[in-house]
Amino acid sequence: MRIFWAVLSRDLRLSMRHGADTLAALLFFMVTASLFPLAIGPAPDTLGRIAPGIVWVCALLAALLPLDRLFGADLEDGSLDLLMLSGLPPFGIAAAKAMSHWLVTGVPLLLAAGPVAIMLRMPEDGIPALLLGLLLGSPLLSLFGTMAASIVLGARRGGVLLPLLVLPLVTPVLIFGASAADAAAGGFSPHPHLMLLAAMLAAALPLCPLAAGAGLRGAVE
Amino acid sequence: MATPSSAEHRRPARTLHRFANPGQFLRLSGKITPWLFWIGGLVTVGSLTWGLFFAPDDWQQGDTVRIMYVHVPFAWLASAGYFSLAVCSFSSLIWRHPLADLAAVEIGPVGAGFTAVCLATGSLWGKPTWGAWWVWDARLTSVFVLLLLYLGHIALVRAFDDPTRGYRAGAILALVGVINLPIIKFSVEWWNTLHQPASIGLTGAPTIAASMLWPLLGSAIGFTLLFAAITITRTQAAVMEQRIRSLLMAKASSMSGEESVS
Repeated sequence: MRIFWAVLSRDLRLSMRHGADTLAALLFFMVTASLFPLAIGPAPDTLGRIAPGIVWVCALLAALLPLDRLFGADLEDGSLDLLMLSGLPPFGIAAAKAMSHWLVTGVPLLLAAGPVAIMLRMPEDGIPALLLGLLLGSPLLSLFGTMAASIVLGARRGGVLLPLLVLPLVTPVLIFGASAADAAAGGFSPHPHLMLLAAMLAAALPLCPLAAGAGLRGAVE
Repeated sequence: MATPSSAEHRRPARTLHRFANPGQFLRLSGKITPWLFWIGGLVTVGSLTWGLFFAPDDWQQGDTVRIMYVHVPFAWLASAGYFSLAVCSFSSLIWRHPLADLAAVEIGPVGAGFTAVCLATGSLWGKPTWGAWWVWDARLTSVFVLLLLYLGHIALVRAFDDPTRGYRAGAILALVGVINLPIIKFSVEWWNTLHQPASIGLTGAPTIAASMLWPLLGSAIGFTLLFAAITITRTQAAVMEQRIRSLLMAKASSMSGEESVS
């Protein structure tokens, strides 16, 4: 467990030192979300209706950006080999990486999602459900993303493959997250959708690091 | 499967790996595949003729219902193909079964093709009956995700310079994607979909007329045999390719060895 925190704090320190890289995903999220009013037109009715979907899709795409470097840098400079020898089992390393991805990318997205939703004229009733959905959904994105990042490690076009692998797998997260916000905005209870998201998180929390660990072991063999 | 000989009784651990020998596989599959092709082709042509010309038309949909004799078997095979891909991936991860690696690589494109035909025929069926080529209901979306998983697997296993690495990565992805199969199966029950729920189940009587059921089952058997035949033939070709590659590699390394000596 001590090694787990060491790996996590190393990753957090690394992303602090490269502040611009860390903020790139957040900036991407805000820029892409602001493109929609320009493309669709600023009519509040239309915009407010599709705002939950815009926020979710943009968050999904923004969370993909740092995945390429999640293990890539460690593989290139050889520190991945040292991590694998550190005594922490591969799934522990994957779990630490997923947690660092969530803290560095997921939490800022979560903080920015509220203001972006208001800018998109989303009905105020839906915003708590949107944020709750993102709170449950963004760790899922990190977990699935970490797994896919470990699988494509060492591939010729890993960066291009990553979205192709992650996006089909996270469609359920997108569907339930967006429909929770939609339901709340329409005056219904978002409860069932949020419970399903929580169930998915409970299942992915142990399973995704296991799969990612298998991928890591294959990459350093 | 052949009856176990006395030699295999003494070494039961070898029985599983008997089919891992590529030479054994080529000998066995060389005998089976022509039969699969011929029987599968004849059964398919027979059942489709029965279904397309002699089976009764639907009282509501008319002749449109005949798309079913292609659509439903392809939908079953799209899921069953992914399941076999997952079984191959499982045995490749657990036992490092060399033929399972090759079979998993070769099932991918066949399964993707069957899924694509399933979606295309479903779309052709949807236009006259639902009034739309495509709707985003749970069944159609989950089958579309299945197609994307197949395509992701195809792209992933071929993206590595070291084939072994590709096999392992593909196997992990295929096993993760298995979660989609129960979603496809139960999508018509969990959600209120435009797609109809299952008419044929393992438990309970089918809710489809027997005059339509028999040609449907016939074409399902025929297409299944053809699916198996195509996959086995592709795996045979993959074994051959691997042999050629290792022969070329051996030749190249012996040539470079001679040069370095001289």
